[in-house]
Amino acid sequence: MSRLSITNTTHAQETVESLHRDLERRVISSPPGSCPLDLASSFLKVCAAQTCGKCVPCRIGLPQLEKLIDDVTENRADMSTIDLIEKTAQTICDSADCAIGYEAANMVLKGVRGFRDEYVEHVKNHHCTFGGFKAVPCVTLCPAHVDIPGYIALVNAGKFADAVRLIRKDNPFPSVCAMVCEHPCENKCRRGIVDDAINIRGLKLYAIDHSGHVPVYKENQPKPEQTGKRVAIIGGGPSGISAAYYLALMGHSVEIFEQRKQLGGMLRYGIPSYRLPREVLDEEINTLLTAGDIKVHKEISIGGENYPLAKLKSEFDAVYIAIGAHTDKSLRIEGEKSEGVMSAVTLLRRIGDNDFPDFTGKKVVVVGGGNVAMDCARSSLRLNAEKVTLAYRRRKEDMTALAEEVEATEVEGCEILELAAPLKVEVGSDGKAKALWVQQQMISNIKAGRPAPKNATAEPIRIEADIIVVAIGQGIESKNFENSGVAVKWGCIEALDSEELANMPGIFAGGDCVSGPATVIRAIAAGKVAAANIDEYLGYHHPIELPVEIPEPVLHNRPACGRVKMRERPIDQRIHDFKLVEKGMSEEEMQQESNRCLRCDYYGFGKFREGREFKW
Amino acid sequence: MVNIKINGKAFQVPENTTILEAASANNINIPHLCYLKEINEIGACRVCVVEVEGLEKLVSSCNTKVQEGMSVLTNSPKVRQARKINVELILSQHNARCAECVRSQNCELQSVANDLNVSNPKYHENIPEFNWNTKFPLIRNDEKCIKCMRCVQVCDNIQCMHVWDVAKTGSKTTVACSAGKDITETNCTVCGQCITHCPVGALIARDDTQKVLDALADPDKITIASVAPAVRTSWGEQLGLTHEEATSERLVSALREVGFNYVFDTDFSADLTIMEEASEFVDKLTKFLSGDKSIKFPMFTSCCPGWVRFIKTEFPDLVPQLSSAKSPQQMFGAIIKTWYAQILGVEPEKIYHVSFMPCTAKKYECDVSVMNSSGARDVDVVLTVRELDRLIRSEGIDVSKLPEGVFDAPLGTASGAGHIFGTTGGVMEAALRTAYNFVTGKNPDPDAFKDVRGYDGWKEATFEIAGNKLKIAVANGLGNIRKLCEAIQSGKVDYHFVECMACPTGCAGGGGQPIEAGKELGADRGRILLALDQKSNLRFSHENPSIKQCYAEYLGKPLGEKSHHLLHTDQSKWELWR
Repeated sequence: MSRLSITNTTHAQETVESLHRDLERRVISSPPGSCPLDLASSFLKVCAAQTCGKCVPCRIGLPQLEKLIDDVTENRADMSTIDLIEKTAQTICDSADCAIGYEAANMVLKGVRGFRDEYVEHVKNHHCTFGGFKAVPCVTLCPAHVDIPGYIALVNAGKFADAVRLIRKDNPFPSVCAMVCEHPCENKCRRGIVDDAINIRGLKLYAIDHSGHVPVYKENQPKPEQTGKRVAIIGGGPSGISAAYYLALMGHSVEIFEQRKQLGGMLRYGIPSYRLPREVLDEEINTLLTAGDIKVHKEISIGGENYPLAKLKSEFDAVYIAIGAHTDKSLRIEGEKSEGVMSAVTLLRRIGDNDFPDFTGKKVVVVGGGNVAMDCARSSLRLNAEKVTLAYRRRKEDMTALAEEVEATEVEGCEILELAAPLKVEVGSDGKAKALWVQQQMISNIKAGRPAPKNATAEPIRIEADIIVVAIGQGIESKNFENSGVAVKWGCIEALDSEELANMPGIFAGGDCVSGPATVIRAIAAGKVAAANIDEYLGYHHPIELPVEIPEPVLHNRPACGRVKMRERPIDQRIHDFKLVEKGMSEEEMQQESNRCLRCDYYGFGKFREGREFKW
Repeated sequence: MVNIKINGKAFQVPENTTILEAASANNINIPHLCYLKEINEIGACRVCVVEVEGLEKLVSSCNTKVQEGMSVLTNSPKVRQARKINVELILSQHNARCAECVRSQNCELQSVANDLNVSNPKYHENIPEFNWNTKFPLIRNDEKCIKCMRCVQVCDNIQCMHVWDVAKTGSKTTVACSAGKDITETNCTVCGQCITHCPVGALIARDDTQKVLDALADPDKITIASVAPAVRTSWGEQLGLTHEEATSERLVSALREVGFNYVFDTDFSADLTIMEEASEFVDKLTKFLSGDKSIKFPMFTSCCPGWVRFIKTEFPDLVPQLSSAKSPQQMFGAIIKTWYAQILGVEPEKIYHVSFMPCTAKKYECDVSVMNSSGARDVDVVLTVRELDRLIRSEGIDVSKLPEGVFDAPLGTASGAGHIFGTTGGVMEAALRTAYNFVTGKNPDPDAFKDVRGYDGWKEATFEIAGNKLKIAVANGLGNIRKLCEAIQSGKVDYHFVECMACPTGCAGGGGQPIEAGKELGADRGRILLALDQKSNLRFSHENPSIKQCYAEYLGKPLGEKSHHLLHTDQSKWELWR
């Protein structure tokens, strides 16, 4: 016998490890709409299998909790059962010897407190309010509920123009979203259970790259009958234009009031053209404006004294406020007002109007960790900055920017300085910024689901900087609207779920100005909701209908297969211009990727309930 | 055409056919369970799975279409094992005490399990609990539900009532009333289409046969049976009789064998309904033509209680436009317990009236609290055709050996117009024949209104009576009826007279009819009624001698005071559940 030996992994252990990875993917891809109690009970079964078996609360308590929850889901419980579940979970939480026990019980505690109504509903009415909702995961998770399996099938069949038409049924901006959508649709893609989520955005990009120009109306397609109703839209961003598009399709006359020189909102004034080329944006907007009677007024502000909201309301049958979130947020540190310090909004707005600042030879520091910060950092590189540093309070993994954006920022040559909280701007005698001083942070406890930073016991660091770009979020210019009687909370306009203002019938609001800065697709979804509810408010019910036929699934084997990634232009070429970085899939990649789609609109629950919404 | 191979043999089949249909067309039977053509093709049970060459996984043949060059194996070892195990898994959650089930020998699960030679259960039994208000005419037994979802599909897509829904999630997924309601809180019309499309005994009508047996055994009761039009088309189907053998006359003999004192024909009161309803229509039309703008058209027929429940919950604004005439069943009850009680010289309470119906909603109708204008309950109990068959079988009667009998007089005489009440368009045709006579004093050609026949869901016709153009519509199936009512309310269509029957094809396809797996028999049964009308010597309700006698001796005249009291109702006062 040797004194020590190398541990080799057996085939059985390797299999177990791979099963753990399978389970991990499966949990991530958990279908939306599953009964949370049923899931809690099944998680407990996993937890009970993990117990070491020493301490009583974990060894005996977890299986008992599972049984009690099963009593609730199988109609054997009364209200006292819920109390017993809570007490038992609390006791395991308080007295288990290690995390296997107390964290398992904590999940139950979170549930019994977080969705207690659901427990009560099961006990009292033997009913699960989550039940019956077994939609297609990608469609459910897309805020605009775009028919994703439908357009993937169309792309697969080579019907790219039809794919564009299908997307426009729910989202008028297929081109924009093909390039910049955050693709929440991919988060719970059922294909993840097999190997990895479908590259949905990539397939959409393929569709728009190969569809050619797709007019709003097919040849000989009749135009809608005009209703004579007039709708004013304040803000020509993604939300406002989406609402305008659908309202025009419904036959209403629309007038868009845009504060800036050009339409597009944050698509133009927030997203740089290397992610969304201007010609793509312009073509898409111009196409949408042909949907019907849409007039555009530029460089006009609504809500102030010049053009009060009440005046606008008196001139139109309905109003949609979609002003977005375009104001700066400041760091509130010493030296912030000095020359060389600018907000992300200012920088990106100038770029949006093709007014490119020259950063040649300059050292740039960008403050922030969101997508906007990445956009500013990468734009600064393209403005020929000598060095770009990104300073962020937390760690890279805590950034709110998409992981692929962070990665691109880094590989293009920006330095990312983690755990660095801005302290002050060092200002030279000429009044210009010289450096940003940051206080080193250490990552600490998790607050509201995110690890929070706290000051580390360390000396501040000086980062030399000619330009400091503050990208820590945007606010909403809601003051004028608040003065006009619109309800505002924490700076955001308050609207009902229907987007109508509770105290002002006929006025609707949606997008970033209601939700706070969010995503393009959420703004588009808000525009869609606004159009539907304004149509109803005006006394109509014009349906927007499925414009194409969806191919049935192709029969083939679906072996596990990697996800096709998007290609990008070489780094040394792309950092010198504002041209599109991303390159679409090849035809064979598109074929393979679209064949990976499991067609949840057809298989599983899909076929039962037609798998799609034929109209809204 | 597409070239395919099934089990090695080459076939040409039309494009877009499913593997299941292609096989069936070539006499290859692929066992299946949840599949119901055009209604439920969701591949839930995985019993119809087959192997397609080149594919690793089995595919469900009910919803996979054939492709050029496809080679299918319907009985490979992989298929055999999957099919059998899937049936065994279904059985592990099914109360398979078949001897106690009304669907025994008429159960698709039982058939498929027997065919596949399933025996010796291998899996843990895990049967859900039976929890239902069994007083309601429609009963769902979760112990037997196989979650095929047919009931949901029929109620959603054919009847458009959305009473059923998928409930719960994960492996607890089941069927329940939508939004977690109790059945009594839903808008269920009790049409029974979910029952006749259920493959097993999970959905059944409340069985009231014991009540009948108790009455038959009570020496103080005079038992009277009445037989609805569509019952005569179907009662022999599950008793091994051909349509030629299963006549209403033979049914009369069977009911006498069961022990009824009198056997009458509900078609008599169908004629009575026509007298009242046609008079009401002519009265409205006359008032309207003379300038009474308070008259609202269309007038709707009112003999289908599923339709009455529907209009009450879905289109309450239209309820005042229902004809106030009671249905033939309820008129019959009222007449039996008044005029006929008088003829017999007994108190109405002594009479026990059993109404045999192709319908489940009739069980609701007879329970409505205002249905007692005779002073006693008009109709004591309603039995469906399925209960009728069980009653006959439980008595050990060999119906094939019975001679034909004759309905008792006077309530056993009916016209052809009364017979066709049991099929879509029949009520309208019968009413128009008599209305024509009431307006012109002459009889029309009895087939003058044949344009309302046929099995389209929503039919329209225009007829001229005494120079007045009458716009008529006839709808069957609640999905079609909903579209019709919406069109009426939005002003897209306008009619004078509209007939609605809740079940597709009318009572012939009723929810109380016998069930035959995978077959829709309503149209065939309806044609039997149309043939009876053609053969009848009496084609007009107003010429029925018993009807004449009834008015002469008792009622006076249509819409008269007695009629008003006994034969009319205010449907707005009908409670949906009590």
